[in-house]
Amino acid sequence: MATQQCLAINDDLTIYNAQTLKQKLVGAINKYKLIELDLSQVSQIDSAGLQLLIFAKRESTRLNKEIRIVAHSKAVQETIDFCNLATDFGDPVIITASENH
Amino acid sequence: MDELTGAFIQEGREQLAEMEQGLLKLEQSPGTDEEINAIFRAAHTIKGASGVIECPYIGSFMHLVENILDRLRTGDLSLNGDLVGLLLRCCDHLGVLIDVLASGAANPNDQQKNTGDALLDELAEYNGSPKPGNSVVEHEAEVESSGGGVFITDSWHISVRFGLNVLRGGMDPLSFLRYLASLGEILHITTLADAMPAGDEMDPESCYLGFEIRFQSRASKNDIERVFEFVRDECELRILPPNSKVGEYLQLIEDLPEDSMRIGEMLVRCGALTQSELDEGLVDQMKSSQASMREGEEALPPPPLGEILVEHKVVQKEVVEAAISKQSKVNEKKTVDARLIRVQADKLDQLINLVGELVIAGASANLQAQKTGISDLMESTSVLSRLVEDIRDSALQLRMVQIGETFSRFNRVVRDVTKELGKEIELVITGADTELDKTVVEKIGDPLMHLVRNAIDHGIEAADVREAHGKSRQGRLELNSFHDSGSIVIEVRDDGGGINREKVLKKAIERGLVQPGQSLTDQETLNLIFEPGFSTADQVTSLSGRGVGMDVVRRNIQSLRGTVDVVSHEGEGSTFTIRLPLTLAIIDGFLVSVGKAAYVIPLDMVIECIELKENTNDRDYLNLRGEVLPFVRLRQMFEIEGEVPPRENIVVVQYAGQKAGIVVDELLGEFQTVIKPLSSIFRHLRGIGGSTILGSGDVALILDVQSLVQHSARIEEREMGTSALLRAAAQN
Repeated sequence: MATQQCLAINDDLTIYNAQTLKQKLVGAINKYKLIELDLSQVSQIDSAGLQLLIFAKRESTRLNKEIRIVAHSKAVQETIDFCNLATDFGDPVIITASENH
Repeated sequence: MDELTGAFIQEGREQLAEMEQGLLKLEQSPGTDEEINAIFRAAHTIKGASGVIECPYIGSFMHLVENILDRLRTGDLSLNGDLVGLLLRCCDHLGVLIDVLASGAANPNDQQKNTGDALLDELAEYNGSPKPGNSVVEHEAEVESSGGGVFITDSWHISVRFGLNVLRGGMDPLSFLRYLASLGEILHITTLADAMPAGDEMDPESCYLGFEIRFQSRASKNDIERVFEFVRDECELRILPPNSKVGEYLQLIEDLPEDSMRIGEMLVRCGALTQSELDEGLVDQMKSSQASMREGEEALPPPPLGEILVEHKVVQKEVVEAAISKQSKVNEKKTVDARLIRVQADKLDQLINLVGELVIAGASANLQAQKTGISDLMESTSVLSRLVEDIRDSALQLRMVQIGETFSRFNRVVRDVTKELGKEIELVITGADTELDKTVVEKIGDPLMHLVRNAIDHGIEAADVREAHGKSRQGRLELNSFHDSGSIVIEVRDDGGGINREKVLKKAIERGLVQPGQSLTDQETLNLIFEPGFSTADQVTSLSGRGVGMDVVRRNIQSLRGTVDVVSHEGEGSTFTIRLPLTLAIIDGFLVSVGKAAYVIPLDMVIECIELKENTNDRDYLNLRGEVLPFVRLRQMFEIEGEVPPRENIVVVQYAGQKAGIVVDELLGEFQTVIKPLSSIFRHLRGIGGSTILGSGDVALILDVQSLVQHSARIEEREMGTSALLRAAAQN
């Protein structure tokens, strides 16, 4: 069993995809020890998406696994900041030079 | 004058009295906010009401007074003696304005207007505005830190838990929060997902999110709540106002009109609570009371709404407490208001008149019944007359008012006069709850005023003089009142210098009131001060000393069928005692007869009745259990003809501590007496106080016991004087 998996999510993190995304995440957590989540292509995130991220984090901790968000899109980062969850997730947020004006 | 204006005048005077009382109290001791508020409310009520009756001159005047009071209230201005003095003068002017309104004049005359303008100018100085008419409104400045940006002192606390179905309903909690952010600034947000289950149970389409938000905004609670309007039913929302808002709410609650309002309504009105929060609280209250009923326990009273609201964390405890205290205050006021009915004095007089007629008619019915000798009829008429008696008592009770109000007016007088004369005087009022007839109260005001002013002006010495005499610097003026055998006694006592008898005598000789060499007892000398044209004050002041005082006082009191006495000890002070009948309309009388005529003696003054023994024929006094009792023979006094019956009776009466006997033929017993005044032709009649109508339709005269007693006392004195002279002559 591979221990590491890089999971890139290309769909929007919204209610419409929530059901499928949950399956995808749960499946990945069950399968791998460490998951790197690439959210750089997520252009939209809503409350359902946000709570899904919280859920994924919790599930991995519960099952002694780890999930890391390795790349944030601007929308995801903004939402996490807004909800003051950056420290909870504890993932390094890469701030690109162009953003930091 | 229309009814509204009449009501305004009456209420205005009451509010004015309240203001004045409050100000006087404030002057004596630095008042609490509550007292200043009470004054402010009184002023505010007058102003508001003057607007209703469209009386611009009162309105504009009160507006400025109110401004000052408002600034006192907020602590902008501090209270000092000058300001209280100014405000008191404003009260006086307002009294004048109300009089103007009552007189029906369209506007105050020029002089009154000038007084008002002068006062307004003085007020304007305190107001700090160059022109009257500008009220100062200050805005709270925002405190900014040097680092830029608004320095945050406190903030709203919003706690929201979204319901499971919010997402399925197509709503996105985050978008609400983003909208909220547009109303102000989100200082801190904590995202909570504690409700989220683990593993398969987690439904990604359900919402498990909750947020705790610290939020700063100028928006009202309602505005904030409206953000969540669309999910209001599906989320738990708690909005706790910032601490600075609490102060604002307290103020708003305080300013709410004094209607009967429920706690919830009050909180919603001042913005501390939103309607939906209230509804939720009420539902909870209902639930808990139902729950306790379901459990079959004794139906517990539901928890108070205030508690529930605090528990829900939608409103601070202080705010609820303020609302509760406001509510109970309003209720108290309402119950007091509800206990009082304003009745026109005319209507009351009419009622008393009718009761008087009823008493007479009842007596007549009684008499007729007795003539028939039918015992059943007599029984029912006696029940009837007992009821009539009760009605009479309660009707008279209606007219009784406490004398306290009259007394408390003197607080102001004493204050003003003391200031003017530079004396230090303390006014002590006792027996303020003694009741007496309203007409008597109205008429006693002026004589009392004279006595009080006299006591302050002539009686109590200047502080330095007092100190030199070994007294305390502060003089003491006492007003006391109590009931005493059918009359009310009012005492005005000072601890001043007392009345100098020699000075009185000298003055009286100077004025030709007594002849030089005439010998007078101490008491007679003192009584000279009641003679017309008498004044011992060396200097005429604005207050007294014009020599019109004391004789007017005595005349006024006598016209009320009362008396005034003075007791004075030099160096220790004087006491003026006013004695007045309790009522002027109906009394319990004692019916007696001499020859064919019937007379009534006020029952309160009757002590006992005894038989007149044969052997007293030649003298006018007898030995009553070792006491000398002088008596008057009505037969002689009123020159009644006819046979002297074999047995005569003496009615022993007492007035102001003096006892005397009245010799009559027959004792007829108790009789309810409706006093009908005698016409002015009989004004100089001695010994008769009035008349009444008997059941038979006959007229009976009411004896003026006071003058009879004085008459017999004088005879006694004269006789003792002559006998002493005779003895002295014999010894020589």
